Amino acid sequence: MSITRVKVENLAKQYRLGEVGTGTLSHDLNRFWHKVRGKEDPYSIVTDVNDRTQNSGSEYVWALQDINFEVKEGEVLGIIGRNGAGKSTLLKLLSKVTGPTKGEIKLSGRIGSLLEVGTGMHPELTGKENIYLNGAILGMTKAEVARKFDEIVEFAGIGKYINTPFKRYSSGMRVRLGFAVAAFLEPEILIVDEVLAVGDAEFQKKAIGKMQEVSDGEGRTVLFVSHNMGSIKSLCTRSILMDNGQIVYDGDTKTCIDKYLSANKSEQGKSLKDIETRTGNGKLKFSGYRLFNENSEEITEAISGEFLRISVNFDLYDKVNFEKVIFALNFKDNYDNVLVSFVTDEMGVKFNSNPKENIFDIEIPELMLRGGQYNIRLLIMEGSTDKSDFLDEVDNAFSITVLSSDYWNSGITLRNQEAAFSKGKISLK
Amino acid sequence: MQKENWTSVIRPKKSLFSVNLREVFKGKDLLFLFVKRDFISIYKQTILGPLWFFIEPALTTVVFTIIFGKIAGIETGGIPAIPFYLAGLTCWNYFSDCFKKTSNTFIENQHIFGKVYFPRLITPLSIVISSLIKFGIQFILFLGVYFFFIAFSNATIAPNAYLLLLPILIVLIGLMGLGFGMIISSLTTKYRDLRFLIQFGVQLWLYASPIIYPLSITEGKLKTVLMLNPMTSILETFKYGFFGSGTFEWWMLAYSTGFTFVILTFGILLFNKTEQNFMDTV
Repeated sequence: MSITRVKVENLAKQYRLGEVGTGTLSHDLNRFWHKVRGKEDPYSIVTDVNDRTQNSGSEYVWALQDINFEVKEGEVLGIIGRNGAGKSTLLKLLSKVTGPTKGEIKLSGRIGSLLEVGTGMHPELTGKENIYLNGAILGMTKAEVARKFDEIVEFAGIGKYINTPFKRYSSGMRVRLGFAVAAFLEPEILIVDEVLAVGDAEFQKKAIGKMQEVSDGEGRTVLFVSHNMGSIKSLCTRSILMDNGQIVYDGDTKTCIDKYLSANKSEQGKSLKDIETRTGNGKLKFSGYRLFNENSEEITEAISGEFLRISVNFDLYDKVNFEKVIFALNFKDNYDNVLVSFVTDEMGVKFNSNPKENIFDIEIPELMLRGGQYNIRLLIMEGSTDKSDFLDEVDNAFSITVLSSDYWNSGITLRNQEAAFSKGKISLK
Repeated sequence: MQKENWTSVIRPKKSLFSVNLREVFKGKDLLFLFVKRDFISIYKQTILGPLWFFIEPALTTVVFTIIFGKIAGIETGGIPAIPFYLAGLTCWNYFSDCFKKTSNTFIENQHIFGKVYFPRLITPLSIVISSLIKFGIQFILFLGVYFFFIAFSNATIAPNAYLLLLPILIVLIGLMGLGFGMIISSLTTKYRDLRFLIQFGVQLWLYASPIIYPLSITEGKLKTVLMLNPMTSILETFKYGFFGSGTFEWWMLAYSTGFTFVILTFGILLFNKTEQNFMDTV
């Protein structure tokens, strides 16, 4: 039976809004006065949820509320959520950087936290001196660092510069050195925030590989925050989804990511009616769009190599003979290069004359696009491809964000770049 | 049901007295690396390096000798002016370094403190130790000047058994600076005003301590006030041991010792209470 390494119970964290330092003395005195009389802290009664978009008028806000979860030995827990959902606050509490307002965190084993790479490295000291310093800051003893010193230098790949002051290092070298030290930490519980976002693709692969090794081979517990769904998916066995300082979902990673992508619908089904830069005779106009995953759940972002359904709505203003209609949809990069296009007459698609819902559904079983943002061009013609037969054309109708993934199951996430890719095989002969 | 066997539990409010000294002891490697960092980084890329430690007190002593000795004509209790000022300044510099630098602990280190946890107490401790190294170097300068005056001047310099108190005096200076510094650094996380106060406050305190004058030339109420200053007896004892002139009373030293431990205890408790949540207010 596996050991529970982390147990979080009813955890909550309150922050004060506005400028600290104005009026704090009066608040402190007021608080003290209430305490003397045995009353509750007058500033912790507020129960506002942390919703940044609404100004509740209260000066205090709960950045985290009612957080309960457990993490077992060897488990890699992903923590996802929008910016401001409370992920980083949670990690800060777990790594003791700041204290909770309510609740408890129980830990079993040594804890190592990596909220940033290379914390406390000093520009004037050499690489070697910094390895010892950073190691000690992260909780290693001098002897431990000495034992792993050669491995750290090798992992960072900075052997030649080991006696050079840190300030002469390139930013890439700094990050590599910082991560290398952290990678050889040996805590039972490792807390990692977004640190993999820095560094080049090769380094990211190395870092993710190292983390996988740590959790698989050595049975360590990892808590991992990232916005990169690709790395969450390849690393985490279980994930929690946070929103407004609360846990919205706790369970398997795939479901969690789907929920995250479909959670933010506020920009969905966006109207295309107001776009003015369009050409066409106006008998038909595109009016809106929505994106769906294979379970027909609405999503905001697509994932490389996965199913995507795009629904495009239109309004009819005059009679249109749909048997003669040609509909086209293009994915373009930011330089207006068309990367992928679907054109119905080429695909041999014939429409029936009377649509019921006035929707074009484009189903893409595997979206062969790398991570990035793509602009969508919509075009509909009646009869021919002559400009005079255009019913409606919207050049930059909307954009779709594609999240990169490890399509080839190689351990390397597709590098972000607005480009298409394809199935295939490469061999050396 | 699994047996609950937690190695640590994080709770909202730590009690005022839950100072984890064992944790601090475990971080001794970090302590020495911080000392090394502070010491090395200051003089990297300077030609004179640690020699700068000599220049600062030497020039101040020259200025003091000219202004307070020659122009103002304040007497130095039968001790030659140069070693007299240098003795006071060497001790005072150590105190002022410990005080001023530790009083910035939370603000200067908020970046590191905001990203990783280690026993925060290590940071001010490392400052006291690296300042001690600086004191050691300046003390060598003082000894050089001191022996020069014994050999080449006919002034009466009478070193005596009270010199054995020297290590205690040094420890007291360091701990008092640390205590005051920790109190100020805890308060500055919320109220920045104190930072300004400390900058010139320590400067003024120098004049309220027997550095440019001996305690023996003061009298009446002024003397009583000066004796309330916990640094007074430490400075006087230091000079009494080396020069054999000045004021030494056991009860005065006992007062300073008591004062130091009260301030230090208070400082540690306040610092410990502040460290958990200071990131939210700093």
